[in-house]
Parts: sequence; C-alpha cells; structure tokens
Amino acid sequence: MNLFSFARFGAVLFKEFVQMRRDRVTFGMMIGIPIMQLLLFGFAINSDPKHLPTLVEMADDGPIARAVVMGMQTSDYFDFIGIVTSQQEGDRALREGSANFVLVVPPNFERDVVRGLNPDILLSADASDPAAASGAVAAMSGIIDTAIADVLTGPLQYTAGAPPPFSITVHRQYNAEGKTSTNIVPGLLAIILSMTMVMITAVAIVRETEKGTMEALIATPVRPAEVMLGKIIPYVLVGYVQTFVFLIAARFLFDVPFIGSRLAFFLGFNLYIIVNLALGFLISTVAKSQMQAMQISFFTLLPTILLSGFMFPFAGMPGWAQVIGTTIPATHFLRLTRKVMLKGAALPDISGDMLAISIIMLVVVVIALRRYRQTLD
Amino acid sequence: MTTEAELAIAVSGLTKRFGDRTVVDSFDMEVPKGAIYGFLGPNGSGKTTTIRMMCGLLIPDGGSGQCLGYDILTEPQQIKEHVGYMTQRFSLYEDLTIRENLDFMARMYRMKDRRSKVQKALADLGLSDRADQLAGTLSGGWKQRLSLAACLLHDPQLLLLDEPTAGVDPKARRDFWDEIRRLSAAGVTVLVSTHYMDEAIQCDYIAYIAYGKKLISGPAREIPRIIGLTTWRVEGPEISKLEAELRRTEGVDQVARFGAVLHVSGTNAKALDRVAAEQQKRKTHKWQKKDAELEEAFIYLMAGATDNFLTPAVPG
Ligand SMILES: Nc1ncnc2c1ncn2[C@@H]1O[C@H](COP(=O)(O)OP(=O)(O)O)[C@@H](O)[C@H]1O
Ligand SMILES: [Mg+2]
Repeated sequence: MNLFSFARFGAVLFKEFVQMRRDRVTFGMMIGIPIMQLLLFGFAINSDPKHLPTLVEMADDGPIARAVVMGMQTSDYFDFIGIVTSQQEGDRALREGSANFVLVVPPNFERDVVRGLNPDILLSADASDPAAASGAVAAMSGIIDTAIADVLTGPLQYTAGAPPPFSITVHRQYNAEGKTSTNIVPGLLAIILSMTMVMITAVAIVRETEKGTMEALIATPVRPAEVMLGKIIPYVLVGYVQTFVFLIAARFLFDVPFIGSRLAFFLGFNLYIIVNLALGFLISTVAKSQMQAMQISFFTLLPTILLSGFMFPFAGMPGWAQVIGTTIPATHFLRLTRKVMLKGAALPDISGDMLAISIIMLVVVVIALRRYRQTLD
Repeated sequence: MTTEAELAIAVSGLTKRFGDRTVVDSFDMEVPKGAIYGFLGPNGSGKTTTIRMMCGLLIPDGGSGQCLGYDILTEPQQIKEHVGYMTQRFSLYEDLTIRENLDFMARMYRMKDRRSKVQKALADLGLSDRADQLAGTLSGGWKQRLSLAACLLHDPQLLLLDEPTAGVDPKARRDFWDEIRRLSAAGVTVLVSTHYMDEAIQCDYIAYIAYGKKLISGPAREIPRIIGLTTWRVEGPEISKLEAELRRTEGVDQVARFGAVLHVSGTNAKALDRVAAEQQKRKTHKWQKKDAELEEAFIYLMAGATDNFLTPAVPG
C-alpha cells in the first residue's frame, strides 16, 4: 500500500482546476480583488497632490530666499498662504492642518551664505498624510537647484557648480517613516495575498465538508496528503497570477519600481504564499461552514492590516502591538517586498524576514496537521 | 451458524460517542457474504454512524470487527479499496459533469482501464448522450443512479447503501432494487439502510436499531417470530368501524389495513386470542389466525418509532 499516489493527487488537482474554472464569481474575485485594491489604494491616496497650503517664516528676505520661495511657488506644489512670525505659530498651523508646510528661513541667511557657512532652510512638513507631503518634498531639491542657478550670478558666481552654498532640511512631523504611495503599493501586495489566499483555501476545503462530497472522497482509498496538496496547489498558482497582475499594474499605473533581486522576491513570495495557504488549511479544520471559514479569515485579516506595518509604521506602534505584529506573516513579507522592490535588496538582505516567515509557517503547519483528520470525527 | 470466512461484516460492541451522547451503543452485526441485509431504524437512531464506522470513516470509541476480512480499526485503507459506499446525501460534485464525476472516482481507485469502465458505466446508465451535463442539474432519481454507478466502478465486494432511495419516486425505487438484486445474484454483499417497508421485505436479513442500540436482528423470515407477534386476519362489513374499535381495545398492539382486510397483531398472544374469541361470538366478521409476516413486523417496529434526535425515551 503506497503512501502517496501521484495519479490520485493529479486527479484531485485537475478536479480542483475544473471547479475553479466553473466558479465564475470566485475566479473573478481572485483576479478582480488585486486590481480593485490597487486602484482604490493607489488613486484614492493621490500620490502627487499639488497646491498645498504653505506658510513662510522669513527671518531674512534676501534675494536667495526670495528665489527659493519663487521657485516653490512656480513648481505648483506649494501655495503660499501667509507669513508666520514664530515657530509656535507655524507649528499650530501644521497641527490644525491649515497648512501642510512651513518654510523657515533663518536670520542672517544671506550673510551666512556669502560667508560660506552653509546655513539651513527648514521645511516643516505635516507628514501625517504621507502621500500628500512626499511629492512636494521630492520636488524641493530640483526647485533649489533652479533657484540657485537664477540667483547666483555676479559676486556669488564662484559658488555655482559647486554644491549649493546652503542646505534644506526637511522635518517631517507626525509620521516618522514618511510613507509614500510607492511604499504603500508593495505593502498592499502582502495584504491582498493574505486576504485571498487564506480565504479561498479555507473556503475551498470547507466546501467539500459542507456539501458532503468529502465523505465520498475519503471513503475512497485517497490519502490525506493527496487531498491536501491537490486542493492547495491550484491556489498557489492563483497567487502567482495575482502577484503577476499586481506587479504589472503597480509598474504601469503607479510607476512603482522593482529594483532588487527577482530571485529573492520569488523565493520570499513562494514562502509567503505557502504560509497563507497553510493558515487557510488550519482555518478549514476549525470552521464548520463556508460562511464561518469566511468570517474567521476576515478576522485574521484585521491584525494583518492594522499591525503589520501596512497601516501604521511598525516602529511607531506600542510594544505589545509590535509583539503581535511580529507573529503575523504579512509583517515580514511587507518588509521583504519593500526592501526588494524599493531598496534593491538581494537574498542575503532578506534572509531574516525569510527565517521569520519560515518559523511562522512551521508552527501553522504543525498545528494544522495535528488537527487534520482522515475521518469525519 | 456462519463462520468468519463466510461473513462480509462482523462487528461487535461498536460504540460511538459525540460529546457525552452515546450515539451507537455496543452494536453487534454479522452480515453473511452475498446477502442483502436491511438496516432499519428511525431517523437519528445511529444507522449512518454505524455504517461510517464499518468503512473507516469514523473511529469507534469502543468495539472491534472486520469488514471483508480486514480489521475496521487498523486496516481502513484495505477496506476502502473493496467497499462501495453510497452516502445518504448526494456526495458527488454538482459542478462537475457526469463523466467528470465518474472519471474522478475511477482515478481515486487507480483503475487501469478507466476510460472504458467509465464509458461502459455511462452506457449502462443510459447517460452516454448526457455525459457532459453537470451532475447538479440531474433529478433526484438520476442522481441516485449516478451515485450507485460511481460506487460500483471499482467492482466492490461489499456495498454499503445509506438510505439510497430516500426521496426517489416508486418507479425509480423499483428499478434500483432490480439492480440491487442483480448485484446480489452476482455475489456482491449489500448492506442497505431504509425506511420503506417494500424495501425491507426484499432483504434476506434485517437488523433494527433505535437510540443507538440494536433491538432485533436475524433472517427476515424469522423477524416476526423473534418479535413474538401474533396476527389475526379479519374480514367483513363496515371494516372501518371495527378498525377504530379494535384500536381502542386492550391486547391489540397494532391494526394494519390492507384494502378490505385487517391484520390485527399483538405481542401478548393470550390477550389477543381472548379479543378474537369475544369478537367471533358476534359472528359479524370472519376471524382467522395467520402467521405474522414481515409486513406486520415492519409496521410494528416503525410504529413505535419517533425520531431519535431528542433525549432518549424508552422505545415503544
Ligand atoms: N458528527 C456528529 N457530531 C455530533 N452528533 C452527530 C454527528 N453525526 C451524527 N450525530 C448524531 O448522532 C445521532 C445518530 O445519527 P445518524 O447516525 O445520522 O442516524 P441515522 O442515520 O439513523 O438517521 C443523531 O442524533 C445525530 O444528531
Ligand atoms: Mg442516516
């Protein structure tokens, strides 16, 4: 009596594909959800808003400072709405949200530039809405270069071509990490995969029990591993399709780059899919109906969204939330994806995240297998 | 008496608990090879649970036994290879076609000549031209025939049929039983649970279960004797009036009407004979003692039976 029959495994696999193809709604959901989420998150959070209200505190209004303000105004990112005379006044405006930026030109700015002291212009940004601030902030260095080229003529000509004779410090308030939509999109992949993979697997397995087909199935000589793998592998492929669709959309709709190692991403992503499927399988051993499977899946989704670092910067969460967050696979996959896509990470850079996901997977699989019964008990 | 080798099923002391409810209690059963064995009992009495334990789908909390010579506790895999189990509820895939369902089942048993077997099954069913229809679109009777065909693909030596004809029209039921008898004649052992008298009387053996306990079992012919039923056949005018009267009479346990004839039965032979003697003095009806038959026995068994899902009472 052999322990694993590829023929039976293949039959379960094939059957699952046929059923998946016939279930139009679920099939549509599997492809539709990633695109819909991406559009919602990507566009609702306007990645490049313009005309943001800006205050200015001019302790020195020499030609260079004026040129910077002028440049900012013409960039369309900043709308100067007034002047403040103290730091408190500027801070209050940021806190109340009446302004998104406060530009502070320090006293004796012009003199210090001439003396080569490299003074600082401070741009305080309300980064609580990270997407709002990021485009404008990113535009700053270009604005300054242009301003300098216009102003630094005559006696200050000698400084042109060299690094700018002053610097700009951006001070992001209320949101240390300063996420941008570029940052949100890779995180969204972690959420979408978790959402669909866990739920679809759990529901697909519970459906057999609920409809009674499991009874006829396990009355045949089929082995648990054949059923389990045969039912799960089609959804691995669904995960592939979802990710592919997602990455294409992210690239072409939102210009999210992918600069890191594809191999590293591929390995990490497979691991993440497996851990989600295992979680779905675990849920299927608990749920009594498809409805329950769906509800439990949604329940696991909440901490995934809130505590993985997707919604709030992980470092900013209280200790207990970080502890919970660490046990969530999405937390690690999200870091992994950001590192690879945005920061150009390679395999060694993500080994810690991979290890974390592997440990979670091991725990889930062990519990799931202990709960799985070959009988109807 | 039958020996081990002649038994398709021999279980003893089978017990199953769900939570703190004992759903099957020390159940014994011996099914001779080649027999049609009827498994009777009200809803919720534990028939399905017992059948599931016999084919390795539930692990008994107590008891032991063998099925086709394989131990039900340690060799469920071998049992599954040789048993065809038709579940009470339709359990094929409604979103697969008829052919896909049969093909899937054939693959589960890793059959070599799968395609030709499936083709033959379709032809036997008369469904060749509808093979690509989704199974979910079939009527109750067709679903039942398809289910039977699916569990016969691998030529099982033992068929476990759990209320196979529930909710199926009488014509389809008769056809189904023709098929069961054909299989039985070919040497297949059949254990079938049922609610219907016309099915019960076609069985060679009968077991009756209530509240998880087996109350009666034996060859069908001997069941009335085992129950200890005495029956009188009554014929005459205004039979309905007499029927109503007899129902109220002490000593009469059961009055069954067959057209213009009453079968009056009771387990207390003396009391019933006294009633008959009284009645015969009136000379209005013709009273004749007869052998109790399976019909009376069946009605007697099922009459006291209410659904067993609630708290157990003493079965009537
Ligand atoms: N998996 C289960 N968990 C709990 N109770 C069950 C389970 N299966 C059956 N039962 C209960 O066991 C009793 C016997 O059920 P069953 O064997 O299906 O009876 P039958 O087939 O004779 O109608 C019923 O009261 C039923 O509610
Ligand atoms: Mg039943």
